[in-house]
Formats: sequence, structure tokens, C-alpha cells
Amino acid sequence: MTEQKKTTIVLFSGDYDKAMAAYIIANGAAAYDHEVTIFHTFWGLNALRKDEPIQSKKGILEKLFGKMMPRGADKMGLSQMNFAGMGPKMIKRVMKKHSAMSLPQLIDLAAEQDVKLIACTMTMDLLGLGQEELLDEVEYGGVAAYLGEAQEGRVNLFI
Amino acid sequence: MSTTTFLDAKGLACPMPIVRARKVMKELQTGDILEIHTTDKGSVADLTAWAASGGHDLKEKQQEANVFKFWIQKG
Repeated sequence: MTEQKKTTIVLFSGDYDKAMAAYIIANGAAAYDHEVTIFHTFWGLNALRKDEPIQSKKGILEKLFGKMMPRGADKMGLSQMNFAGMGPKMIKRVMKKHSAMSLPQLIDLAAEQDVKLIACTMTMDLLGLGQEELLDEVEYGGVAAYLGEAQEGRVNLFI
Repeated sequence: MSTTTFLDAKGLACPMPIVRARKVMKELQTGDILEIHTTDKGSVADLTAWAASGGHDLKEKQQEANVFKFWIQKG
């Protein structure tokens, strides 16, 4: 076998369409036998949120952030033509018609393909997100965890 | 003796054809043939590039109506 190729993606965006692009590339890279890491920071963390409400001790600001941000990948808005939530409804219908996979399905598939899903702990603190609110398969790390992978990456993207 | 395994990827959109192809290919022996049928137009370029990158040999491709057919030998 040749040396193990790696792909890393920083998912900064909390937009449904951008996260979809990130996860399609991640799944494609996994099919290319790359070792794939997606490092979620800032609004990209919302893609990893569980969709049920989670009780946890928080300050007022953190609670407010938690309420205002989308709870889970399926609730995220579009980067263009969001139209207060009408856009995502329309695009999901079109996606179904073309049998494109939804974002939650793409995330499940990525986990199944052993894509490493890392959540940035510093921005989790800023946005008031706790580990109990994120998916069970998520790993935790900081910039060094990302760079450790990225310096060996053939493909490194910031989305 | 090489065996031929069939993968029906019709109706699947990107990135599923290569994801499925990789899964099936992993189970095959070197020299075995994977026959894949798809309907996604992008899969023509995708499977060609995927086979080359993985060291496999794309033996033949055909198009019948809206169905693309590939025969890839595991390398």
C-alpha cells in the first residue's frame, strides 16, 4: 500500500448548503481511502447538535445562544435564498426528487465511514455548547488537533 | 479465475456511487471485476477518477439509455 492520504476540512459555517458541500467532500474523500477529519468551529458546531432539547446548567447568555442557534443539522438555514426558512423547505423537496442525501444522512454516513468529527472546545465555550448537547461520535480538540492532521493533509479546506 | 460482482447504483446521487463502490471493492480479490450500473451523470467522471486513484483498471464503460455501466478490475 502507498502512504495513507489525508483530507481535513474546517467547517466554520452553520449554513445547511455549505455544510452539505463539506460533508459530500468528506464522504467522497473517505471513498478515496483518505483518512478524513472535519474540524467544527463556531457556527459549524451546530451541525453536530442533537435535535432534542438537553437540560444543562448554563448562564443567561449561553442559554440565549442555545435558543437562537439551530438545534441540529436539519434545522440549519441556507446561505442564499433562505427566505426565513422557506428556502430549506424547498431545497429539501428538490433534493428528495433527485435522491440527493440530506445533511443528517451525510453526517451519519461520514461517521459510518470513520470520518473523524472534531468539535473545537474553545468555540463550544463561547457559544455555550456542552458535550452532552453534541452527537456521541464527536471527538474534542483545539487548533493543534486540527494542525496535526492538516500538516499531513493532501486536501485541506475551510468552509 | 476472476469473478464479477454486480453493484446496482442506479438512482443514487453523488457521492453515493463511489461510496458504495469502495465498500464492495474492499471485499473483492485483486483481479476480480466489479460491474457497476449508475444513473448519476457525474458518476462517469467520478468512477473513472476513483478507479485510477485506487490503482484499479477501468476495463470498459457503456451507456444504455440513461444507464451508465462500468467494469472495473481490482488492482
